[in-house]
Amino acid sequence: MLKVLKSGFFATIQDLGRYGYRDIGVPVSGAMDVDSVKKANLLLGNDPNAAVMEITMTGPTLQFDEPTFICLSGAHISATLNNKPIENYQVVQVSKGDILSYGKLENGFRAYLAIKSGFQTEKVLGSRSQFVPVTKTKRLKDGDEVLFTKNISFKPLISEVKIDDHFLKDYLEVYKGPEFELLSDAQLSAIFTKTFTVSKENNRMAYQLSELIEGHAHSMLTSGTLPGTIQLTPAGRLIILMKDGQTTGGYPRILQLSEESICTLAQKKHGDKFTFKLL
Amino acid sequence: MKSYPISIKPFGERAVLVEWPSEVKESILADILDFMEAFKALKILGWEMSVAYNSLTMVYNNDHLDFEETQKMIMDCHAEQAKSTSSRVQHLWTIPVCYDLEFGIDIQEVSKTLNLSVEELIQQHTSHQYVVYGIGFLPGFMYLGGLPKSLEIPRRSEPRLQVAKGSVGLAGKQTGIYPQESPGGWNIIGNCPVPLFNPSLKEPCFVKVGDKIQFHKISKAEYELHKIEAEVGIYKPEKVALHA
Repeated sequence: MLKVLKSGFFATIQDLGRYGYRDIGVPVSGAMDVDSVKKANLLLGNDPNAAVMEITMTGPTLQFDEPTFICLSGAHISATLNNKPIENYQVVQVSKGDILSYGKLENGFRAYLAIKSGFQTEKVLGSRSQFVPVTKTKRLKDGDEVLFTKNISFKPLISEVKIDDHFLKDYLEVYKGPEFELLSDAQLSAIFTKTFTVSKENNRMAYQLSELIEGHAHSMLTSGTLPGTIQLTPAGRLIILMKDGQTTGGYPRILQLSEESICTLAQKKHGDKFTFKLL
Repeated sequence: MKSYPISIKPFGERAVLVEWPSEVKESILADILDFMEAFKALKILGWEMSVAYNSLTMVYNNDHLDFEETQKMIMDCHAEQAKSTSSRVQHLWTIPVCYDLEFGIDIQEVSKTLNLSVEELIQQHTSHQYVVYGIGFLPGFMYLGGLPKSLEIPRRSEPRLQVAKGSVGLAGKQTGIYPQESPGGWNIIGNCPVPLFNPSLKEPCFVKVGDKIQFHKISKAEYELHKIEAEVGIYKPEKVALHA
């Protein structure tokens, strides 16, 4: 078991998500930056869907009560094991009593802690991803104990993965969304020439952007939305839905992020800037 | 059964959006549900479908999809389906609501605005059947159609930061139930003691899109009883089958 001595800003358990319940309004959830999670799980010889800890901005302090192997990925938050720095994308053996802690955020926004065989928290509706009201708790708290399976004999088969640091990119790739045709020339030109900034309102449900573009008066019937759907409000605000985003919405869906760009955006924080590129 | 023209748009790398004419209409919803039934019968693994009013979002969870191929498959399936008769069964659910002032915190204000007595308001709210046109926004939140004109009232000018779980509200052309505590701007006229979303059940949401619901007025004592029954898992919502 892993003891959460200090939980940090916002840490949750996530796998690749909860599928098959969209029709009753349950968002897919799952890791925001799937790419980083898959790589860490690959290095540990895990199933890609093995549950990891998603750590946002500042890290927790964690203590292992059994030996196992871990691998860090995603944002760099100056992680140390018993006060010795450890790198991302390295399989690290941990012993009983070891303490993993984090320091300064160097780059990115969400770091991942993957563990041999994945965290063994309760599966609800086919997934371990924390999302209230599906799971009882929405985040890890001080004193929580997270189950994992003891392992002393793992021999990594893969020693390296290609790291493209997709989260350092300063552009997001988008497809046309279902209501793309509603955009005026002025709106189109603003979207594809302006630099946009992540506003303070950004979380696992949605990212709002600071810059406004020309508004609109289109009304539409509520319809389906997906992670990566970019909605345009009548006031001209762009809202990008993320993994815990609602399954339906009533604003025009003007653009849709590529899956890779969802990972890129997941690593951006308040004040970070980017442009849009149409695929 | 009436078949409507459909249009299909790509929606990112793994999804397509199928749209019917942009209207809130039971016959359009029926065509969507018939299409879903026909598509499910093809038994292609990996598809997840969700309805909202006049549209169907189809997500393919297995891999990236080929748009042209998918479009053709959907068009063919929709054309084929028009030739066969549906065996779909929908249900009419009776949903208990306590309209006591303790729960219906806006009911007096609403009755004044609508020029109805509280009794008349409850009578009107409980005498109509509402069609479930979609479930979304929050887990178990139903988009209901069929509110009588006499009960249409604007949203509150200031949304509340916290609306209690189970709250039954009115807003514009809509009535509905908050399945969980959430912020919200609807006028609250009562509370439903029965959870509309229960993740510990195999089917967390007993109501399906295409079903109808009718509210039933209950007393505070019945409210408490149903609440306990629901908590211990012995509450069985009342339903009658409706054939398509």
